[in-house]
Amino acid sequence: MSTPTFRSELTRGFWRENPIFVIVLGTCPTLAVSTSLQNAVGMGLAVTFVTACSNALVAMLRGIIPNKIRIPCFIVVAATFVTITDLFMHAFTFPLWQALGIFIPLIVVNCIILGRAEAYAYKNTVWHATADGIGMGLGFTLALCAIASIREVLGNGTLWNVPLFGDGFQPILIFILAPGAFFVFGSLMAISNWLKARQGGAA
Amino acid sequence: MSYLLILISAVLINNFVLMQFLGICPFLGVSRRIETALGMGMAVIFVMVLAGGVTYGIQQLLVPGYEYLQTLAFILTIAALVQVVEMVMQKLSPILYQALGIYLPLITTNCAVLGVTLLNIKREYNFVEAVVFSGAAAVGFTLALLLFAGIRERMERTGLPQYVQGPAIGLISAGLLSMAFMAFSAFRTEQMLQDLAALVGLG
Repeated sequence: MSTPTFRSELTRGFWRENPIFVIVLGTCPTLAVSTSLQNAVGMGLAVTFVTACSNALVAMLRGIIPNKIRIPCFIVVAATFVTITDLFMHAFTFPLWQALGIFIPLIVVNCIILGRAEAYAYKNTVWHATADGIGMGLGFTLALCAIASIREVLGNGTLWNVPLFGDGFQPILIFILAPGAFFVFGSLMAISNWLKARQGGAA
Repeated sequence: MSYLLILISAVLINNFVLMQFLGICPFLGVSRRIETALGMGMAVIFVMVLAGGVTYGIQQLLVPGYEYLQTLAFILTIAALVQVVEMVMQKLSPILYQALGIYLPLITTNCAVLGVTLLNIKREYNFVEAVVFSGAAAVGFTLALLLFAGIRERMERTGLPQYVQGPAIGLISAGLLSMAFMAFSAFRTEQMLQDLAALVGLG
């Protein structure tokens, strides 16, 4: 494998090692906040900020954090940035903050953040870890947006709150409700598996 | 009466896993066999009730003006609690430890646990209500986990296309289960409880 560059670490999370579809981390917020594209973008950016910052800080402190208590340390680092995000969103994007509810503080226990801190940031340089954090965060955002777009269009007949169809459109309500989240996520995961297998076969 | 209402609502109508998307990671991760699902469920019930009670106390201790430390304080409390439970259990009841021990470390990052403690505060429950709600949420989690493990054990023996195997079909069957649980939202819970009370002569 070629030596990792900022760019390669950044783009890895988008598709090849997408945290949602490939590594299957952070499923809870994916299912819960993908009811509309706006929520998805908001949540995605919040998670991106937290993964990037916590990855950077963990990489910075990797010489200081003792191996035995590294997990509690990662949690404290993540919780710090989650609190910043929470207060920031409360102050500046209040409707979004209300819509996302307890899923903002729950970013702390999002497996993506601890997973990347443990698997990547603890062993790599600050520069690469930041790239990895941003990449994983954006990969999460992309996957979330894909799920949310399908759910919003089918379940509400809108995209980014803009109505797409005429008045006669009867939305398929189930897609906005809980079961729809599971169906869309499961189907997209199967499609992504299939695409990956095809790519692998061609190469 | 309100306790019964909290109980039924948390176990069936607003089931944590299937309706509120909390604790999806262990739901998908440890549901391959019914025995492991039961073990995980018991460990979650145990920790969740404890965490619900303890974080209620922590919330009272948080000095006004420092409420933003809530997320940090709660997650550290839960992490510490899990460690203590693990050590106490190992000392006092090796049999119980053998049965539940391997699930305990996983519980710290189970977002259902942090979720329940945050919801307790958000809904302004008193101490008893908070403990009842925590217990009920954990029972709901266990119920969903057991049902799902049963489905998966059967599914293992069916010939599925390669691309939908694993998490993909898991999510889709969780969607079907979630659809079944939606029927509970048609319960007119308060009316039912009044009838029940009248029936046993309490009302």
